[in-house]
Amino acid sequence: MSSDAIAIQTTQAAARPLVQTLHEWVTTVDHKRLGILYILYALFFLVIGGIEATIIRIQLMYPHNDFVSPQVFNRMFTMHGTTMIFFVAMPVLFGFGNYLVPLMIGARDMAFPRLNAFSFWLTASGGFLLYFSFVGGNGLYGAGTAPDVGWWAYAPLASRAFSPGHSSDYWTIALLASGFGSIGTAINIIATIISMRCPGMKLSRMPLLAWLNLVMSGMVLIAITPLSAAQLMLLVDRYLGGHFFDTQAGGSATLWMHFFWIFGHPEVYILIIPCFAFVSEIIPVFSRKPIFGYPVMVAATVCIAFVSLSVWAHHMFTIGMSSYANSFFTITTMAVGIPTGIKIFNWLGTMWGGKIQFKTPMLFCIGFLFQFLIAGLTGIMMAASPFDWQLSGSYFVVAHFHYVIVGGILFSLFGAFYYWYPKITGRMLNETLGKLHFWLFLIGFHLTFDLMHIPGLLGMPRRIYTYETGRGWDTLNFLVTIGAFVQGIATLVFVANLIVSYFKGAKAGNDPWDAWTLEWSISSPPPVYNFSSIPTVASRRPLWDLKHPEDPDSRYE
Amino acid sequence: MRIGETMREVDWQAIASRAAGILVLIVGVLLAASLCGASTPANHPVPNIFDTHSTPAESIRHLSYFVLVITGLIFLVVFGLLSYVVVKFRGRVVGAEREPAQVYGSTQIELAWTVIPILIVVVLFLATARVIHGIQDAPRPVGTTEVTAIGHQFWWELRYPGLGIVTANELHVPLSDPARPTPTFLKLLSADTDHSFWVPQLAGKTDLIPNRVNETWLDPHETGLFLGQCTQYCGTQHAKMLLRVYVDSPEDFNAWARAQQQPANQDGTEAAGRQVFESTACLNCHAISGTNGTGRFGPDLTHLMSRRTIAAGAAENTPENLRLWIQNPDAIKPGSLMPAMKLSDADLDALVRYLETLQ
Repeated sequence: MSSDAIAIQTTQAAARPLVQTLHEWVTTVDHKRLGILYILYALFFLVIGGIEATIIRIQLMYPHNDFVSPQVFNRMFTMHGTTMIFFVAMPVLFGFGNYLVPLMIGARDMAFPRLNAFSFWLTASGGFLLYFSFVGGNGLYGAGTAPDVGWWAYAPLASRAFSPGHSSDYWTIALLASGFGSIGTAINIIATIISMRCPGMKLSRMPLLAWLNLVMSGMVLIAITPLSAAQLMLLVDRYLGGHFFDTQAGGSATLWMHFFWIFGHPEVYILIIPCFAFVSEIIPVFSRKPIFGYPVMVAATVCIAFVSLSVWAHHMFTIGMSSYANSFFTITTMAVGIPTGIKIFNWLGTMWGGKIQFKTPMLFCIGFLFQFLIAGLTGIMMAASPFDWQLSGSYFVVAHFHYVIVGGILFSLFGAFYYWYPKITGRMLNETLGKLHFWLFLIGFHLTFDLMHIPGLLGMPRRIYTYETGRGWDTLNFLVTIGAFVQGIATLVFVANLIVSYFKGAKAGNDPWDAWTLEWSISSPPPVYNFSSIPTVASRRPLWDLKHPEDPDSRYE
Repeated sequence: MRIGETMREVDWQAIASRAAGILVLIVGVLLAASLCGASTPANHPVPNIFDTHSTPAESIRHLSYFVLVITGLIFLVVFGLLSYVVVKFRGRVVGAEREPAQVYGSTQIELAWTVIPILIVVVLFLATARVIHGIQDAPRPVGTTEVTAIGHQFWWELRYPGLGIVTANELHVPLSDPARPTPTFLKLLSADTDHSFWVPQLAGKTDLIPNRVNETWLDPHETGLFLGQCTQYCGTQHAKMLLRVYVDSPEDFNAWARAQQQPANQDGTEAAGRQVFESTACLNCHAISGTNGTGRFGPDLTHLMSRRTIAAGAAENTPENLRLWIQNPDAIKPGSLMPAMKLSDADLDALVRYLETLQ
């Protein structure tokens, strides 16, 4: 029945002129198409952000290198950070959330399809505004192009006195726009999960991916708001003569830090929680076992969300807070490690006693587990605030958060791409290219980010466009750059795989991984309406029940 | 009770130190490898956070060994478990066999791996809180040296209010005897954007923030030159806002201080150069005692020649570099706030000759 519907749809699409197809994509309110738009948009900016990272690494390959000027270097690290966080990580995770949440809870679309489209286009306009700064940032002052204030734009560096021209304005407006987009999507995801679950899907039967997206969306509502408020205050400072952050007129530089980091730290968890979600879906399927300790996984996630709202000032251990404040943020930060540790142990428990299949999605998830463990442990080191007085602001920190973002977030995202690509396109990604991608990326990643910790221990600060010889940093920086190139090549293999497999990949069928959640019960790609009749579920793994009528999950839950 | 607790803590630290010696060894080997061919005159060329010579940095180092040992043990256990699982439970023929036993969870196990991490966190926190208090709330003994360090884009203004000394970029502090400590306390201010004071071998970093007074202290136990630099992004030339700390023996420090307290050389031999200084834009930003130059935007030049470097450590203090710096600062430090002076050759020669008399 449903496959008939698809056949009709594709023949119609092929007959239409290109303009009409484009028009359909631009005006679409379908959660699947918007999900794909988010993902493609993020991939585009991933390449841009990657090029910026490469420029940074080439400049730091040798001491006193002059590949780019200090001005260009400062713009590159500002744009790299802003792009990767706001225009790669956020949209790609919202993309997967948009695509998968309705499918996994048995719904036909998001709760507010038009809000969904509006949110996407707001976020998209944010990215394009940011990059328009290369052209428009000069403004009437003739100063600056792209912003060069760092991705956290500390006051008073972003004030008019130190950042003339419009570069900081583009940064501010871009983040405001994408922030409103994120809030819209978060509201949408929450409403969808609360009100559109199929019959039988109690909250306690929801796939973990839906649960974790729910928690993430709640955090977005809490965390993006202070960021938007701070951006508005900065605009008031810059254009209406306000003095919130204007230290020359009695404003407070630390106020901005508080506003930024009360957004900035929960943001890390906003990014990593959906990745926990991918891992929590992929590991069980490729271990052939249900997730170990489902209720504990949910509880640990909610716990992380709450505790992570009280840790922000660990980014500010060096600003001269009192010893009591430093102690408070030390213990809250260490406490986040407890629920996070529980999660790692539960994934371990899921694999224990299973029959692990080393398909590409699983390889990336195993890589994620090892690397996230290390990232967590270096995080504990920096939570000990006196140790952080040495590590903060050094390359050790840069290595630590890239371990989280690349070793954790990006690895699990790659896993998600290999896992759900068959559902989204109807074709499998090439397994050989996938394994090549995995191993190349793994080698490049460790060459870059393992070694990057050491210059930090040897006193190398971050955000410097060049460095002195004789401090023990030269060889390490050279090797780090080599690793970055290896990662670049691996990413090209991935992009090639995405393109080639789209045309030549093996047909996926409905359920290529023998999985258990609802999205695998319908055709690949799914029809516009998702489910011809809304399913009814009796357990967390409806497809397991279907495949094993003699031993259904519903008997034990 | 209290004494027993303290002793147990000390024991842990001793064990931690020994175990972490391995890590130091690894870093040491890396250092030795990277040092070949290095020619910096500094006798502590690598600002390694594990090669410390000052009380606050040393107590951080001890804490860091403790943390490293604990996290190292966690790493070994979890890494071992993960590796074991991946190898032991790898599936062979896919689909040909039955599914493995479906296990949904276990309350006992969940409880165990919740409680153990909580205990570890409590221990780590207590050890950390002790060091936070020890460094931040350290009593101030008599005989301290007081310094006010002011961050500028992109250099360090250093004032010794008690001694009446003003200098820049090269901090001199006296050696401190552990039996009778004479630490140096620094008051940290900023004239423009945020900066951060970091000399890894002497102390952890503390930010210099406009409109805010911060404090840090050094208590060095070895003489020599220690390297650091600005660690909070402060603008275009953040990278070349370098900092040099000379730890002098008490005699050397007193001699240095006496020399710095002298007024600038007034012997009049280079009157033409002084005339250039006093009649161009130099004096808007720079001060030389006894002249009409009292600017504070740039470093005080009264004893310029007593410093080994110029441009906040970006270049050696040689006549050639001085010429280049005055005529075209962008050649040394593109984006620095020093303007190109565009002097005639004769004026430039005279000015550099005059500056060279400022011992």
